Amino acid sequence: MNDAGSRSPRTKLNVEHLQAWYGTNHALKDVSLAIPERSVYAIIGPSGCGKSTFIRCLNRMHELLPGARTEGRLVIDGEDLMKVNPVQLRRRVGMVFQRPNPFPTMSIADNVLAGMKLNGVGVDDAESRIEKALAQAALWDEVKDRLGASPMSLSGGQQQRLCIARALAVEPEVLLMDEPASALDPIATSRIEDLIHDLKQNYTIVIVTHNMQQAGRTSDFTAFFYLGELVEAGPTAQIFESPREQRTEDYVTGKFG
Amino acid sequence: MPWRLSSRLVVNHLATAVCGAMVLVAFVPLVSLLWLVISKGAGGLSLGFFVNRPAPMGEAGGVGPAIVGTFFMVGMACLVAIPLGVGAGVYLAEHGSRPFPRTVRFLTEVLSGVPSIVVGVVAYAVLVVPMKRFSALAGAFALSLVMVPPLARSTEEFVRLVPVTLREASLALGVPAWRTSLRVVLRTALGGIATAALLAVARGAGETAPLLFTALNNQYWSLRPDQPMASLTVQIYNYAISPYESWHEQAWSAALVLLMLVGLLNLGARLAVRDRVGGRR
Repeated sequence: MNDAGSRSPRTKLNVEHLQAWYGTNHALKDVSLAIPERSVYAIIGPSGCGKSTFIRCLNRMHELLPGARTEGRLVIDGEDLMKVNPVQLRRRVGMVFQRPNPFPTMSIADNVLAGMKLNGVGVDDAESRIEKALAQAALWDEVKDRLGASPMSLSGGQQQRLCIARALAVEPEVLLMDEPASALDPIATSRIEDLIHDLKQNYTIVIVTHNMQQAGRTSDFTAFFYLGELVEAGPTAQIFESPREQRTEDYVTGKFG
Repeated sequence: MPWRLSSRLVVNHLATAVCGAMVLVAFVPLVSLLWLVISKGAGGLSLGFFVNRPAPMGEAGGVGPAIVGTFFMVGMACLVAIPLGVGAGVYLAEHGSRPFPRTVRFLTEVLSGVPSIVVGVVAYAVLVVPMKRFSALAGAFALSLVMVPPLARSTEEFVRLVPVTLREASLALGVPAWRTSLRVVLRTALGGIATAALLAVARGAGETAPLLFTALNNQYWSLRPDQPMASLTVQIYNYAISPYESWHEQAWSAALVLLMLVGLLNLGARLAVRDRVGGRR
C-alpha cells in the first residue's frame, strides 16, 4: 500500500502549535504536525473533531469566517506563512472542496484558467496549460471536444476533477482536499482516489476524509483528530494496525465515530 | 384504502382548480388594463405620433420630444443610480451584519417608502430653486433618488443568492477578496442584477410626480440638461387633465407608447441576459 516507513522524506509543511477558535469555541488545540513532501497525508476523525478546521487553517481560509482566529506557525520550506499575505499563500497551497464548485458562468476551459484570469494575469500558453491541467486531473479525454461548454453540463465526478484541474493550473506546492469524494458515487470516488495516487508524484497532498477505507487506500500518513486535539499521527499502516492510543484504535476499528 | 385514495384525488383536483381560478382572477386586472390602453390608444398611433412634437389643439401632434426626454432623463438617472444602487447592494450583502451597513439598509428602506411626490419636492428645493429654473438635470436627480433604493435591495438579495462555495473557490485560488467580489460574486449575480436594473429603469420611466416640478415639460425638442424637458408621463398627465377630447385620445396613445417602450426594454434585456448567461443551468 505504501512505502512511507522505509524512507524519511523531506518535510514540506511544518505545522507548529496551531490553535484555532470560532468565537469562544476552541476548535483546534495546540496541533503540531510535520507533513512530508510528495506524500498523501490523511486527516481522520469523527464529525466536529476539527479536521476540516485544520486544513482550512493551512491555506488560512479559516480566519475569513466572522469571529474566527488562529495562532501558531505554518512553515513551508523554512518560511512562516502566517506572516505572509494570505492571498500569496493560497497560490502556493491549493484547495479542493467537499462539493464540486466550478464557476457556472465560465466555460470549462476558463474554469481551468480561473486562477490566472480572475487575477487579471494574461496566459500566453493557454491551450497547453489547459491540456496539461486537465490531463493531470484525468479529465482531458472526456472534455477535450467541448472545452467551451458550461461546466454545469458535466457529471458531479467530472466537475470535481475540473475543480482539481483548476487548483493544479495555478501550480501550487501543496494541495488540500476537504472530503473531495464525499458527494460522489463509488465509481467517481475511485477515479478521484486513483488521481490522488498519481498526483503525489508532484504534489504534497493533505486530504480530510470520513472514510477510513479511503484513508487506508490513498494515504502514506494518517493523523487522527478528536475533540480538537491531534491524538496520534504516523505512517498509515501503523495508525491502522498498531496504534499507540486506545482512542485511535477504537475509532479505526469502528467502535465509535 | 381505495376510498381514501379517491378522496385524496378529489381534494387534489379541487385544490388545483382553486389555484387555477385564482391565477385567472389575478390576470383580470392586467389583461383589462392592457386591453383598455390598447383599445383606446391604438387608434391615435401613427409614425407622426412618434416623431412629431406636440401641436396646438385641433392639429395632429406627437410625443417625439417626450419619448426622447424620457430616455434622456432616465438615462442620466441610470448613470448615477446603477453604480450607486448596485455598489450599495453589494456592500450590504458582503458586510451586512455590522452596525453601519445595518443603518444603511434601514435608511434605504425608509427612502424607498418616501412618496415620490416628496422626492420631487426635495429635488425642487435642492436643484430647481438654486438654479432658478426647471431642468432635466433636476428631473434626472429626482428619478435617481426613486431608483436607488429598490436597486440596492434587490442587488443585495441577488448577491446573497450566490453560493458561498463559489466565493471560497475563488479565494482558495489566491484571488484577493475585492477581485472575488467583482469577478465571481457580481458576475454570477449579473443576470439578477440586470433584471433589477431593468425594473428600476421601468420604474423611473413610469414616474410622474418627481418630474412634475423638476423637469416640468417642454413642447419643443431639447437635449439641454439645464433646460426643462418633456417626458411621456408628464405629457400624459397634462393631456389627461386637459378639457379637450382629442388630447385625451393622445394621452391614451402616449400611455400605450410608454407601455410598449417599457415592455420592449424588459424583453430585450431579458433575452440579452439569457444569451450571455447561457450556462446558468
